[in-house]
Amino acid sequence: MINKILVANRGEIAARIIRTCKMLDIKTVAIYSEADKDSPYVKMAEESFLIGPPNVNESYLNINKILSVAKEAKVDAIHPGYGFLSENGKFADSCRKEGIIFIGPSSKVIEKMGDKIVARSIMKDAGVPVIPGTEGAVASVEDAINLAKEINYPIMLKASAGGGGIGMEVVHSDEELEKAFESNLKKSQRFFGDGSMFLEKKIENAHHIEIQLLADNFGNVVHLYERECSIQRRNQKVIEEAPSIFISEETRKKMGSIAVQAAKVIGYTGAGTIEFLVDEENFYFLEMNTRLQVEHPVTEEITGVDIVEAQIKIAENKTLPFNQDEIVSEGHSVEVRIYAEDPVRFFPSPGLITKVEFPEGESIRNETAITNNYTVSPYYDPMIGKLIVKGSDRKQAISILKDALMRYNIEGIKTNIPMILEIINNEIFQAGQTTTDFVEKHYLPVIKK
Amino acid sequence: MQELKANMTGNVWKVIVNQGDKVEEGQEVVILESMKMEIPIEAEASGNIKELKVGEGDFVNDGDVIAIIE
Repeated sequence: MINKILVANRGEIAARIIRTCKMLDIKTVAIYSEADKDSPYVKMAEESFLIGPPNVNESYLNINKILSVAKEAKVDAIHPGYGFLSENGKFADSCRKEGIIFIGPSSKVIEKMGDKIVARSIMKDAGVPVIPGTEGAVASVEDAINLAKEINYPIMLKASAGGGGIGMEVVHSDEELEKAFESNLKKSQRFFGDGSMFLEKKIENAHHIEIQLLADNFGNVVHLYERECSIQRRNQKVIEEAPSIFISEETRKKMGSIAVQAAKVIGYTGAGTIEFLVDEENFYFLEMNTRLQVEHPVTEEITGVDIVEAQIKIAENKTLPFNQDEIVSEGHSVEVRIYAEDPVRFFPSPGLITKVEFPEGESIRNETAITNNYTVSPYYDPMIGKLIVKGSDRKQAISILKDALMRYNIEGIKTNIPMILEIINNEIFQAGQTTTDFVEKHYLPVIKK
Repeated sequence: MQELKANMTGNVWKVIVNQGDKVEEGQEVVILESMKMEIPIEAEASGNIKELKVGEGDFVNDGDVIAIIE
């Protein structure tokens, strides 16, 4: 039994996790850096601990400090949320060595899936289609150029340890590959401490579609259908929805069963997501996220499953309370990420929020990290909230979203709300033609006019 | 004389040039960092760095003067 959880995260996701803990009568412990002392999530938890200065290495990534707080507060488990230490195998191991449950899969699985080259090879062996590309890491620029001849341009150059859109670049020729290789090498060494890179064919007109999985400790695995997350800027998602109107029922079934099969092969436990790139004919493995995802609410809305609750129950060694046939998808849900940033240049816009008003309503869900007179600090991710809506179908969901966004008021800083409104008013978006290049093709040209 | 201004609120992550340096148009003068994003600030015209108004670790607001180039 888990009676007390430390949430090793901040902002909206810390608040989200604490809410489910309260519903389950589980006590919560929040941690915060000096920059987050006035954050709403800190007050939501029964106990809260200051863990250090704003710099993430001294606070939210400080394993020793977080574990010492966990021991002092005598928690049974740690929920890592997303980002920060959520996909850090060493952290998962350290928790378990201290007798604290890490809410997530084994460190072995985390590490395998965190290495893109290893993950690609494991998935291929498990029968999951992968994008045509190199089998392992490329040894040098010359090696890369040689291998590129077999793959054909355009090609994605990717860092094996990459994530969050950092460490990948599309190249169209040997010259571009040569140039990108050097800069990508430096960047991935600096960001991830690992410069290994590989090549994959660039899939044109692709949709980013991912399958949500739940797996217990007894080998039972189910999927909670797909999320369509193709609307992105700087390789980070902005709008996510479920279900995807792009794929056929047949493809949906195939993707779901292949994802379940892969989870079984790798011995996955907990909540996880397999991301795919999907074009008109095929779907290909992109990566696996071994944690709760930012966009999990849209899946919760259409299936009625509380994914955080499921994570906690699995960590308590309970069997999944449902089988695949009992999971029904109903209606359509859309989530938009509210970023503190300029809606044209996508530059960060931290600062004081002088006033904030959230839209309220039956079909509207707000996951937020902000209040009136809250200062958005420059130290962390620009996402300050998520707005989630649900309709009986996509058309209705978009119309509820539009109305809600018009009533979403944030004063004092710039946000991407004008960008989201522009996109959801676009006929191409409304028709569901949401390929991953949507922002470059259909948003930026319109606003630059 | 040219006032080089920050185009984003954030921290000065790196100062690339020194006072008195000659810079070409388009050359990176400082790199700002905010919310996990690095934005290089480039000289808008060639000239000499007459004055550097910021140091590494300083906090700047959108529109603050970073350097004076002449």
